[in-house]
Amino acid sequence: MSHRGHCPPQQPDDAGTDVSFSALLEDSAEELYENAPCGYLSTLMDGTIAKINGTLLEWLGYRRDEVIGRMRFSDLLSVGGKLYHETHFAPLLHLHGEAKGIALELRTAGRDQLPVLVTSVVKRGSGGEPLLIRTTIFDARERRSYERELLRGRRIAEEARKHADADRARLQEALAVLQKSLLPAALPQIPNLRSAAHYHTASPDQLGGDFYDLFPLAGDRWAFFLGDVCGKGPEAAAVTSLIRYTLRTTAMHNPDPVATLITLNSVLYQRYTGGDTRFCTTIFGTLEPEGDSVRVRLAAGGHPPALVIRADGDADYLPTPGGMLIGFLPDPVFTAAETVLRPGDTMLLYTDGLTEARIGHDRALYGEEALRSRAGGLAPVSPEALIADFTELLDSFGDGLGDDAALLALGVPLGNRERTH
Amino acid sequence: MDVSRRNNVVVTGPAAGPVVMLAHGFGCDQNMWRLVAPVLAERHRVVSFDYVGSGRSEWSAWDERRYSSLTGYARDVLDICEELDLREVTFVGHSVSAMAGVLAVQAARERFSSLVLLVPSPRYIDDGDYRGGFSAEDIEELLESLESNYLGWASAMAPVIMGNPDRPELGEELTASFCATDPAIARVFARTTFLSDSRADLAGVDIPTLILDCTQDVISPPEVGAFVQASIPGSRLRTLDAVGHCPQLSAPEATAGAILEFLENRR
Repeated sequence: MSHRGHCPPQQPDDAGTDVSFSALLEDSAEELYENAPCGYLSTLMDGTIAKINGTLLEWLGYRRDEVIGRMRFSDLLSVGGKLYHETHFAPLLHLHGEAKGIALELRTAGRDQLPVLVTSVVKRGSGGEPLLIRTTIFDARERRSYERELLRGRRIAEEARKHADADRARLQEALAVLQKSLLPAALPQIPNLRSAAHYHTASPDQLGGDFYDLFPLAGDRWAFFLGDVCGKGPEAAAVTSLIRYTLRTTAMHNPDPVATLITLNSVLYQRYTGGDTRFCTTIFGTLEPEGDSVRVRLAAGGHPPALVIRADGDADYLPTPGGMLIGFLPDPVFTAAETVLRPGDTMLLYTDGLTEARIGHDRALYGEEALRSRAGGLAPVSPEALIADFTELLDSFGDGLGDDAALLALGVPLGNRERTH
Repeated sequence: MDVSRRNNVVVTGPAAGPVVMLAHGFGCDQNMWRLVAPVLAERHRVVSFDYVGSGRSEWSAWDERRYSSLTGYARDVLDICEELDLREVTFVGHSVSAMAGVLAVQAARERFSSLVLLVPSPRYIDDGDYRGGFSAEDIEELLESLESNYLGWASAMAPVIMGNPDRPELGEELTASFCATDPAIARVFARTTFLSDSRADLAGVDIPTLILDCTQDVISPPEVGAFVQASIPGSRLRTLDAVGHCPQLSAPEATAGAILEFLENRR
């Protein structure tokens, strides 16, 4: 009962209802027009003010007789508002019969600016002829400061986006440099052997895990490798770097392909035997001149087989079955294979980014058969021409190429035989 | 370069009719001529267009440097004349476009036969004895007005900028927002318009010229119309019984009538 002193008692009787109802009746249309919580204005089609409510007069600080028939709507606007009115507002009103929610500034009798939101509608006669313009005006001071905040926020967001774009560009540049450092800057010139390579980066934001190299051994022998580290990013790049230097160093001491892969396996197995296990697939081999030809000895661990394209158009995989993923088991088995590249023959090493690309409407795998048949169709083909053709093919895959792809082609030039005869 | 597409060129009226080119001013687009063009097109080949950055032009072709000077807009006019190989053109320019027309005529006199300058102003800012009607601060105020309608713009224009030619349901929205424009572009157009000074170019106009102004126009007051008339040798000035800066909308019959009378008397 302590509330009694503060609150009027609820009186659910007829007398109370009558009181509030008659208060509503008192709020006549005229009264509502004059003292509405917004400005009302009616003008002739040329803008001459014909009617204005008390609220707006109060905002503007004018007397009614100073305005009616003497001023046009645009006279109430700031100069900027006048220009905006003439170039935007009035044309909209003429063509569409209405202009809604336009932000303008009124200029009061005291020369103050009053930000407002203006909506105008043309009232037409029974024949559709325009009679007058009815305008409502809302005080937009609060809203305008809120909008200014929004604009400020938008500008800050635009700035931030610009910075983010620049950061991303810098990151991409750094990644590209790092990626390049994991690949030979240029393939070495080797007597009686041609070589070409291509690296396709799936994303400029991500370091890929594919790698290849070609380098000299003792005597007139050479070694090559190509592989794919499981995973991407900085960790994969670190493993790639380890693999490159391990293979290069190991091959110097014992270039036997199987022995080299076993050493690499031990290094990876020991290094990454903890929680962060990393594997790779690799094909490693040596090149040794034999008259006008080159003998290839290679071994593969978990890697797709090399494709040999003969000068006469035969294209066949050099099988290396059963080779295990490198770095996965302590005592793996790797498979060796051997072939001789004669003049006009070219051997292609690739990563599965190529054969596992998705092509066509059904997103089918590109596959080893398509690769074999395309390469065979090019024979006799130089490593340079082969790589050029497959670079174009990779580009044509578009977003079907989800992974990085590395290609390395080695071949014996066709013209060699003629020269030696 | 496909100029017709870039400038959203619309050609109406008899193909063999004398050419009348309608150029909109700052603010809106060729819809400004909607009430006048059909009247002119009864016997004339009417060519209307949107300047790059306005209406349904190709906004991607907009270039801040080019459109920071009135010659950039005159270049749009000449590009259209060249692509359609227009000759004996009567150029009707509204507001700032009147001055773009003056520049176009001087650059390629051979393509134009006469000029109609609708509420022109060669300079909006007062300068010594010259009364343009505005101060430099006034123009800054306009730029602020543009900025404060930025938010409204963002929602209204987003679908246009995205470009949805295959969605006709957006058509209504497009015309409803025909005065809307990218605030960055509008800012450049506004600066170019209101800070330009073309007074010295008027004396070089040597083709028949009609100047139309209005009884009351805050943007091009009567003394400006008189100045233009006095500066172009042999030009005629006619004051339309209209209020505001867009007589082609507020008094379309009078505006079309005055242009037609000028065209008829020239024969």
